[in-house]
Amino acid sequence: MNKYLASHVATLPPSGIRKFFDLVATMEDVISLGVGEPDFVTPWTVRESGIFSLEQGQTMYTSNAGLFELRDELSHHLSKTLGLMYDPHQEILVTTGASEAVDLVMRAILEPGDVVLVPDPSYVSYAPCAIMSGASVRFVSTFAKDDFRMRVEELEKVYTPQTKLLVLSYPNNPTGAIMNREDLLPIAEFVEKHDLLVLADDIYSDLTYEGTHVSFASIPGMKDRTLFISGFSKSYAMTGWRIGYVAGHADLIGGMTRIHQYTMLCAPIMGQISAIEALRSATDAKNDMITEYDRRRRLMVHGFRSMGLDCFEPLGAFYVFPDISKTKLTSEEFAEQLLKTEKVAVVPGTAFGPSGEGHIRCSYAYSTEQLLEALKRITHFVEERLANLP
Amino acid sequence: MLTDEDRRLLKLIAQDCRLKPEELSIQTGLSPDYIKKRIAEWEKEKVIVGYQPMINWARTGEEKVAALIEVRVLPQRGYGFDKIAKRLQKYPEITSLFLMSGGFDLTLLVEGKTMQDVALFVAEKLAPHEHVQSTATHFLLRRYKQDGVELMGEEETIQRLVVSP
Repeated sequence: MNKYLASHVATLPPSGIRKFFDLVATMEDVISLGVGEPDFVTPWTVRESGIFSLEQGQTMYTSNAGLFELRDELSHHLSKTLGLMYDPHQEILVTTGASEAVDLVMRAILEPGDVVLVPDPSYVSYAPCAIMSGASVRFVSTFAKDDFRMRVEELEKVYTPQTKLLVLSYPNNPTGAIMNREDLLPIAEFVEKHDLLVLADDIYSDLTYEGTHVSFASIPGMKDRTLFISGFSKSYAMTGWRIGYVAGHADLIGGMTRIHQYTMLCAPIMGQISAIEALRSATDAKNDMITEYDRRRRLMVHGFRSMGLDCFEPLGAFYVFPDISKTKLTSEEFAEQLLKTEKVAVVPGTAFGPSGEGHIRCSYAYSTEQLLEALKRITHFVEERLANLP
Repeated sequence: MLTDEDRRLLKLIAQDCRLKPEELSIQTGLSPDYIKKRIAEWEKEKVIVGYQPMINWARTGEEKVAALIEVRVLPQRGYGFDKIAKRLQKYPEITSLFLMSGGFDLTLLVEGKTMQDVALFVAEKLAPHEHVQSTATHFLLRRYKQDGVELMGEEETIQRLVVSP
């Protein structure tokens, strides 16, 4: 029945992770460092509020934009934590996960012929969403030597006059890179010069381990050009609740809300109610999780460096992105051989874009015991490989 | 005052006191020498007062009973409750001792092998104490949670996809 698929869907390549997922699924006793979600369960107070909401019979639709109470809390939260001022009436839209927000931004502003600049490597959804909106994608390479921060020189290389949107996703999945104010200022100049909009996917912003996260929207002059996306999945361990949001200029949010009202109607109400509770009373639980990630992060970086591999220090998210090129294997070969010989699953860096070649993504959203066992096995694999290099 | 680093270190030790200074160093970014020095200071200052595993005795089949005892005492002029508390805490049967607000003064956790043991301790040692006015003994039936650890019920197992973006 493939002939019935729309051509732009038929030619959409499957996620680079999919192939690997299928391979892992056939094996037993695998230690997987391949998961992009927290290992914590949602804090109890948040779960409890979800249960209570069901007991109270809160099972209806909400307004398209989301419960006003949640948008109001979000408005306070963004102003308090990131210095961003958004009007809860017109400038915030609650979505079914940040993923929907990414799709809505693309669909609301892109048309055939437009070009989107996407960091490489980065999360797998941006390019397909842009393509489904009829736009085309140009990748902006980032490099280990720059700590995987985006540089204007690279942006200039891929810029074309058809460019309309730039994606910024920092802290970054898969690299763990962050962008400081000094890194963002030249990007802002570039954006201004070429009259671009920016999709700022700040979903990992709470998971910043040095200093505090600076949002692109907080750079002077950039608020109206930025569509700020975040959600509850990573910060509050709420992936399955599917609650995200996008904040930006009322005109753009209005456009997105129109698409959202026809395609999604609203985000699930129990998730929205629980998200309110998360903002009000799960800060300590969130901070405890962040502290835990930070200690695992140090453990992982130390582990990879002890193997003799280069491993840039990730300052955000929950991934390390070590350089495995010393083993003379491609990312994919490394991941496949590691899985087959040591039963450890990691994701090849190339699943996130061509610049990921020579790297693997290892999530540290696992218990210390699992991480230590995985590191032991990876060490064994790397040592064997380095000792017997062809 | 604790610094952020100290707080992180203490939390980590409280979570797992088996971690060696070298392991703590990797996980905190602090130097092993600093960690050793700080731990020695905390031990001296009685900030760290012990290193004990947490044992769920109910699972061992060992006979053990515990009771929470509310005690009303006569405070002593010039000492308040401290003097009597200092004397009571010497009894090995009393594993925890707290001064409380409200309708009674002290709460004791008393442990023994049998209910008889605990009853005898209350009748012979605690109640006759010159400053003790009254006692109310509540036997502990089941421990669900202790010191932050859930002792009962199924552990939450998370079903995550093995690989996800």
